[in-house]
Amino acid sequence: MKYFHLIWSALFRRKTRTVFTLLSVLAAFLLFGLLDSVRTAFANAGGSVAGVDRLITVSKVSFTMALPKSLLPRIEAVPGIAQVSYANWFGGIYQDPKNFFPNEAVAENFLDLYPEWSLSDAERTAFKGTRTGAVVGATLARKFNWKLGDKIPLQATIFPQKDGSNTWTFDLVGIFHAKDPKLEGQENVLFFNWSYFDEASRFRNGSVGWYATKLSDRGRADQVAQAIDRLSADSDHETKTQSEQAFTAALVSQFADIGLIVGAIMGAVFFTLVLLTGNTMAQAVRERVPELAVLKTIGFSNKSVLGLVLSESVLLLVLGGVIGLAVAGVVVGIVRVKLGATVPLARVGGPIWLRGLALMVVIGFIVGVLPAIRGMRLRIVDALSGR
Amino acid sequence: MGVLVEIRKLSKVYERGKERLEVLHHVDLDIEQGDFLALMGPSGSGKTTLLNLIGGLDSPTEGSLTVAGQRIDNLGEGALAKWRAGHVGFVFQFYNLLPMLSARKNVELPLLLTRLSAAQRKRNAGVALDLVGLSERSSHKPGELSGGQQQRVAIARAIVSDPTLLVCDEPTGDLDRNSAEEILRLLQQLNRDHGKTIIMVTHDPKAAEYARHVLHLDKGTLVEQPEALQV
Repeated sequence: MKYFHLIWSALFRRKTRTVFTLLSVLAAFLLFGLLDSVRTAFANAGGSVAGVDRLITVSKVSFTMALPKSLLPRIEAVPGIAQVSYANWFGGIYQDPKNFFPNEAVAENFLDLYPEWSLSDAERTAFKGTRTGAVVGATLARKFNWKLGDKIPLQATIFPQKDGSNTWTFDLVGIFHAKDPKLEGQENVLFFNWSYFDEASRFRNGSVGWYATKLSDRGRADQVAQAIDRLSADSDHETKTQSEQAFTAALVSQFADIGLIVGAIMGAVFFTLVLLTGNTMAQAVRERVPELAVLKTIGFSNKSVLGLVLSESVLLLVLGGVIGLAVAGVVVGIVRVKLGATVPLARVGGPIWLRGLALMVVIGFIVGVLPAIRGMRLRIVDALSGR
Repeated sequence: MGVLVEIRKLSKVYERGKERLEVLHHVDLDIEQGDFLALMGPSGSGKTTLLNLIGGLDSPTEGSLTVAGQRIDNLGEGALAKWRAGHVGFVFQFYNLLPMLSARKNVELPLLLTRLSAAQRKRNAGVALDLVGLSERSSHKPGELSGGQQQRVAIARAIVSDPTLLVCDEPTGDLDRNSAEEILRLLQQLNRDHGKTIIMVTHDPKAAEYARHVLHLDKGTLVEQPEALQV
């Protein structure tokens, strides 16, 4: 710490240059924070501990293909199953397509399979007893300022009603909360009664989108999944059953390989950053050759000079990077509140900070190592005489 | 007073490609503790090279160099750096202060290599600045000081760790006459009142008059033996 003022003052020897370099570092780590937040959100999509005892059964051909409702009693009869429910993707739009949020028609026992969501008994009963009833997650309710008793009209994009109308109006009878704050992202969904959907929809009557199954013994998940799939083997509706996490992860990966995209963008950004800050550090050390020679004259060892220049370079990256990540945290917070689940973003929390700090130190080391070696190797008599 | 610096058959050869340049040739010299020695000679005579060798900034090609009983000609870079920190204070022609640090922080630099606490470092730097008459300018940066004042800060930096030897390379070369005389009087005072052994390279005969002894170098060899001067 006693060398800190030396490192700090060396860093700000050329204030304008340092400030501009810091802004570049800040921008790079702001981008890193935002993109890593997206990547983390996608990566976590199938990684929740909640749901380890649930299986999802979809059509083996495509997630979009319907399955017959007649499968229900046969699945229920498979040993190792505690409860079965089903749902259907609806894809309705609220007022404007940019207000996208998932909305699904679900069986009346669907919410019972999800104990990680908190819904009062009265609201649960109201949902089951109201044909046009709907429940929404708290984040979604906050976003659109919905209150119990509100009527929520959705414009169907896939499923018109039998009378040709595309407008489905639901009565908001419940608002659920995720018990674990980490699952807040799941609060951006609307559920309504499958029976209403089945009766009123022009298509897909008597069929469901997928089955959700709760296991009585999570250790037998593979056996149960195979048993479910055997039920419709060699039929025109073969199924694929997998854990909820695997299903979600597979679904997410259908959008794109987010990790690869984020990695490619960040690779390009950090490569540019290395060139930029590397040039700054090289220039800074070149200008300070006589000063480094003076330090060595006074008795600073080669290792000390190496350490000072490396510390300066790491400090430059950490300073800009920490501010950048902090700004990313604020931006992500605002976006999460404003846009909800429309843009999947994870909080800029501990893991992102750890990855960011590691990157700052590594990049700081990379850009500082050559100038530091130059400083370490300089011969005092040559440096002092300007050679 | 004993011999502080003992030089025997000291040579320094620089090789630039195929060219071989002998800058010092078999120099023998004893410098007494408490001496104030001026090294004079024309450009290229080897006086700065000899000063650099005595100060441990460079290593000789041949010969032995003993300072305060310790052979330094065969020390490695790390050991030499440690030795310099404990035994030598340097004053350069162009002051070589760190421009972004205040006068006090510049003076404190050698103390960063010691185990002194921050408070002790601050106190010692204050004492050194007081000794050179600049205690009231301690918070000023070098750019806010005159040339003479900057050189006094450099002298404070050189003496703050109480070194055995002060090595000065043209300390008045960049100063006007009045400032130069102030610096020379200060060096003389450090030698006379504080017993500092000083070796000073200078082109200026008037500056050399402040020394106790003057030596002349020419083409890498000593042309005169030390002779006492009136101080």
